Order: sequence, then C-alpha cells, then structure tokens
Amino acid sequence: MDRFTTHTGIGVPLRRSNVDTDQIIPAVYLKRVTRTGFADGLFAAWRGIPSFVLNHSPYDTGTVLVAGPDFGTGSSREHAVWALQDYGFRVVISPRFGDIFRGNAGKAGLLAAQVDDKVVRRLWDLLEAEPGATITVDLTTRTVRAGDGLDAIEDSFDIDDYTRWRLLEGLDDISLTLARESDITAYEKTRPSWKPATL
Amino acid sequence: MGRTLAEKVWDEHVVRSTEGEPDLLYIDLHLIHEVTSPQAFDGLRLAGRGVRRPDLTLATEDHNVPTLDWDQPIKDPVSRTQVEALRRNAEEFGIRLHPLGDVEQGIVHVVGPQLGLTQPGMTIVCGDSHTSTHGAFGALAFGIGTSEVEHVLATQTLPQARPKTMAVTVNGALPDGVTAKDLVLTLIAHTGTGGGQGYVVEYRGPAIEALSMEARMTVCNMSIEWGAKAGLVAPDETTFAYLESRPEAPKGAEWDAAVAHWRTLVTDDDAEFDREIELDASTMTPFVTWGTNPGQGVPLGASVPDPDSFAEEGDRVAARKALDYMGIEPGTPMRDIKVDTVFVGSCTNGRIEDLRIAADVVRGRTVADGTRLLVVPGSARVRLQAEDEGLDVIFKEAGGEWRGAGCSMCLGMNPDQLAPQERSASTSNRNFEGRQGKGGRTHLVSVPVAAATAIRGTLSTPADLEPARTATSGAE
Repeated sequence: MDRFTTHTGIGVPLRRSNVDTDQIIPAVYLKRVTRTGFADGLFAAWRGIPSFVLNHSPYDTGTVLVAGPDFGTGSSREHAVWALQDYGFRVVISPRFGDIFRGNAGKAGLLAAQVDDKVVRRLWDLLEAEPGATITVDLTTRTVRAGDGLDAIEDSFDIDDYTRWRLLEGLDDISLTLARESDITAYEKTRPSWKPATL
Repeated sequence: MGRTLAEKVWDEHVVRSTEGEPDLLYIDLHLIHEVTSPQAFDGLRLAGRGVRRPDLTLATEDHNVPTLDWDQPIKDPVSRTQVEALRRNAEEFGIRLHPLGDVEQGIVHVVGPQLGLTQPGMTIVCGDSHTSTHGAFGALAFGIGTSEVEHVLATQTLPQARPKTMAVTVNGALPDGVTAKDLVLTLIAHTGTGGGQGYVVEYRGPAIEALSMEARMTVCNMSIEWGAKAGLVAPDETTFAYLESRPEAPKGAEWDAAVAHWRTLVTDDDAEFDREIELDASTMTPFVTWGTNPGQGVPLGASVPDPDSFAEEGDRVAARKALDYMGIEPGTPMRDIKVDTVFVGSCTNGRIEDLRIAADVVRGRTVADGTRLLVVPGSARVRLQAEDEGLDVIFKEAGGEWRGAGCSMCLGMNPDQLAPQERSASTSNRNFEGRQGKGGRTHLVSVPVAAATAIRGTLSTPADLEPARTATSGAE
C-alpha cells in the first residue's frame, strides 16, 4: 500500500445522506474477479442523470468527495472503495461512515475523514459557489482545509490512531499480523476440541 | 464488574492485546462466497501465502447463481467466470465448497446454521454484511471486506477495535400476526440507519426469548441495517434444541462439554452496557417501508408520511428524494399501494419456517392479476424440505413461481431483477435505490404481509384477505 500523508485536490459536493454501497456501486458491477476496472460502476444509476455532480466539469476530475452523513452503509462490498479509487478519489469526507466501508477504506488506502456536520455543509457551499475549489487533507495533522480569506475552512477530522499510522507508513495488515504468528499458534493450542471444523 | 455476552465471546478470542492497537481476534469460522473472495485469493497467490486453516473455512455459491435452470451451466458468462473462480480457488487451497447443484448449496447465512456449523460463542466472519445473522446463536458474527477476507484466509485472525455494547430489550409479547421482521423494522425506524454504529448489540427480553431460532436470525440479520457491528442473542434451550441434531454439532461427551460452556454465555447481572434501548412488543403491528433505506418505515395501517413532518432538515430532504424515487405521494394509505412483484426469500426470510408461513397464507388462494409471486428458498435443503411438505405445490397452484436456492432478487445480481419503476413487496433486508434492479422500487415487509400482498395485489396483511377456498370444494 502507498503511504498517505497529505493530499490536495478538487472537492466534489455530494449533497446526499445515507449513500449506501449499493448506490456507490450497484451489484451488477461486482462480477469482475480483479481489483481494478470498477470506475464505470461508480454511482452508476446517478451518472445517468444529467444534473449529477460528476457529470459536470471540473467536478468530474475531483479527488476529494464530500458527502452527507452515513456514507457507505449497507453491503460490505469493498468494490465500493475500489470504484472510488479507480475513478480518482483519494479522500472521502463525511460526518459518519458505515463501519465496514470505513474499515475497507483503511485497508485499501482510501482516506475516510470524519468531520463535523457543519464542516460538510460549509464545504458544500464553498464547492458549489466556486467549482474547482480544492481541499487539502493532511493526515499528519488530521486537518482539512479549503478556501481562503475570511471564509477559509479549517477543521480537524477523526480517524482511529491505528489506521492513521498504517496509512502514514503504508503498512500491510497481513504482514503485521504474520509477525505475531507465534501468538496465533499458541492460541490455537487452547481451542476446545468440540469447536466445529469444516473438513 | 460482570461482563456482557459480547464481551465474554470477545475475550475468549483475543490472541493478542496491546495498548494502542486493536485486539487480534481469532476467527472460528470463515464463510466464503463467489463475489467478495476472488481478489482475496489473488492476493494470497501474489504474496505466496496459503490458507492457514482450510478446516475452519467453508465456501458456497449464492450471490449471482441463477434460480432457474440451476442444474445447467450458468448462462451469464460473467457470473459463470466468478463462480468458476471460486471453484478453482477452493480446489487449489483445499477448501470445502458446496457448489450449485449440491444439496448443501444455498445462501451462506442459511447454510451455516442448518449444518450446525454456527454455534454459540464462536467468532464468525464472511465477506457479506448479513453475517450478523449468525448472532442468533450467541456467536459474534460480522461482515468484512475483501482485504479482511484475505487477512483471515492468511492468518485466521483479524485486528479489531473493541466495540461498544448495547442492549435492546424487547418486553411484552408480539401480537398474533406480528413477526420478528416487524419487530426489527420497528426498531430501525426508531433508531435510524446509523443508530447502532460502533456497537455490538444484544437483543434480549421476553419477546426475544419467545422467538424461534429462525425468527432470531431474522432480527440479528438486520442488525447491519441500523449500522450495528453485530447483533446477538444469548443461547438458551431453544438454541440447544435447534442445534442438537445438526450434522456438524458436537456429539456425545463433546456435546455435553459444549453445552456446559454455552450455558455460561449470558450477560452477568451486574454487567453494564454502554447504551440501552427498551421496546414494547405488545404495541407492535405489521410494519413496512415507504422509502429507500430500512429506517424509512411505518405501520402498514398508516399512510406515507409528509416529508415536511420530519423535524430534521436532513430527514426532510432524504424523504423527498425517497418519495420521488419510489413514485408515491405523501398521505397515501400504505394499504393502497399496488405491488407488481412479491419476493419471498433471502437470508432474512428464506428459511423453512418462513416458507411455511407464506404457504399457510397462500393455500387455497390465487395470486392477484398483474402481480407476480417469486418464492426462492434460502438453500437447497430448504427447497427439498419444502417440497417434502408440499409447499411448492401450494405456491404453484396459487400462481406463484417456485425457484432454486440463492440470494436472487434480494440484490439482483442474477437474472431475478425488477424492471425500472417496477414495485416489489420484499421479505429481504434492503430497499436501497436500485437494489433489486435499476429503477426498481422496494417495500420491505414480513413474510405474512408479502404473502397476503401477493393475493390482494396491494400491501396487505392476511387479515385483509377473503376466506380461502377449502381444499375439498374445488370451487373458485
């Protein structure tokens, strides 16, 4: 996984709450057996609507998505994260994320930055008033910044310490766990014999 | 201080606990299906890693398999490629697979319990958010993404931050005709789709204890629909009776040892939950959704709400968008909403008990003109048992379609999809936009409401129906 320290890119206002992972990528797009090639399924139903934000320049080149609360709820499909990344997004900002989506994002290297509801509304206003405005997301200082002058927006975002550390270092979870293999082997010796086995 | 059930199960599975890091949890059972696993197996191959415990891993084919001509090669080439990838991976890594056509094939969350592999006190994961279903047995079970699937395959563990705990206590008794599905839809309307976020929930109280295992699975299944990490019910005599005769349950002295341990898996009297919710089952009624998330629901006897009636601006905006998508007007009585397709099935309501309830309603009646009834058993075993009991004949005689096992129209990955603007009453778990097919409109309902709706053609309960023909009269 690549390291993530700071990112600046065009912000995309997605004025919706409860954007479940079926909206991010419908099930019919989940049939690929690779990790790439999912960009065409991203928000597939909405991209058919002319007014949808990603159908407009310069939002279509955005890399920081700003969404309402409960982004990424529902299905566990990691394809939702892959589709966002394939399209070009590096960061999603929302007041609240679905648990599994947030976990998947952390594993795959997409930054899920949780901010206050008010920050999202201010970012939406800014991005709509100034299409193409950029947002800087700094994982080192856990801050999100956009705009300048009196209307400048600067606030902190939440991300758990462990995910932040892994993203900053670009570390692979499986390698970290395999370094503790002796602990796993020791635990396995304590499992009761009546626990079920499939073979 | 005492511990909650969830804390006891958690503590029994901690491989390593270090300050500032998530706990490393051991996984007792890893369930696999064709959609969320191929990239995980690829990851293993790329890194030169194997599957640590194939003997704690089980695979089946459910998400995109056809429910018609299931004994033929899969027609859709892309679906077939995905299923074939699972078959190759299972063979290469030595994993037990129940493929399409096998008697144990079916929806992964129906298969685990019916085999007896799902047992109290276990940790169970699967690359599917409805893994919470297995919590009905007092297991800690939750859905994971594909990177985590790879992690479990390689290590049989997962790093997990310790969640908060919540009690949902349901007092009283459910009135006749009101089911576990109504209970959980009522709960989600009460909490909203994010209300359980960050929590492992224990469902408890007299109304929960009175539920069958199938009904407990329905409740736990929908834990994810209000954002909970997992939902569980303390194991009791109902649990043990369900498990005792199952093929993979412990036998003899092993059974006795297991039950002795399982009896300790209850929340201690002096344990504290981080949050508690109380509900009264006796006031509950059949409950249906009007919107595009599972929290947007009302009693069937109510009307479509006016978006302006919501206190929060966000809820008003969401309600307007939902009604626009659903093509219904505020103030419309829910009972007046005409339905094109009724879907009975899914990991929420596709077990034998569900099919019996549906057949009881449909028996001696005819599906309404212009309405389609699709009945999809949750597993091949459920299908065979239903056929043994003659349930398939009841559905077919009423004009319904009897299909093979799989996830089917719950998520429309296979050919079972709604057309744009087609409206369904569905016993599944998600009414998201496009969930059952692009542009499709879903109302989540209980099994008896689904069956009655198929007969009347509008959202209905069995009490709304004319008396059924008797079997001997032969009269229409």
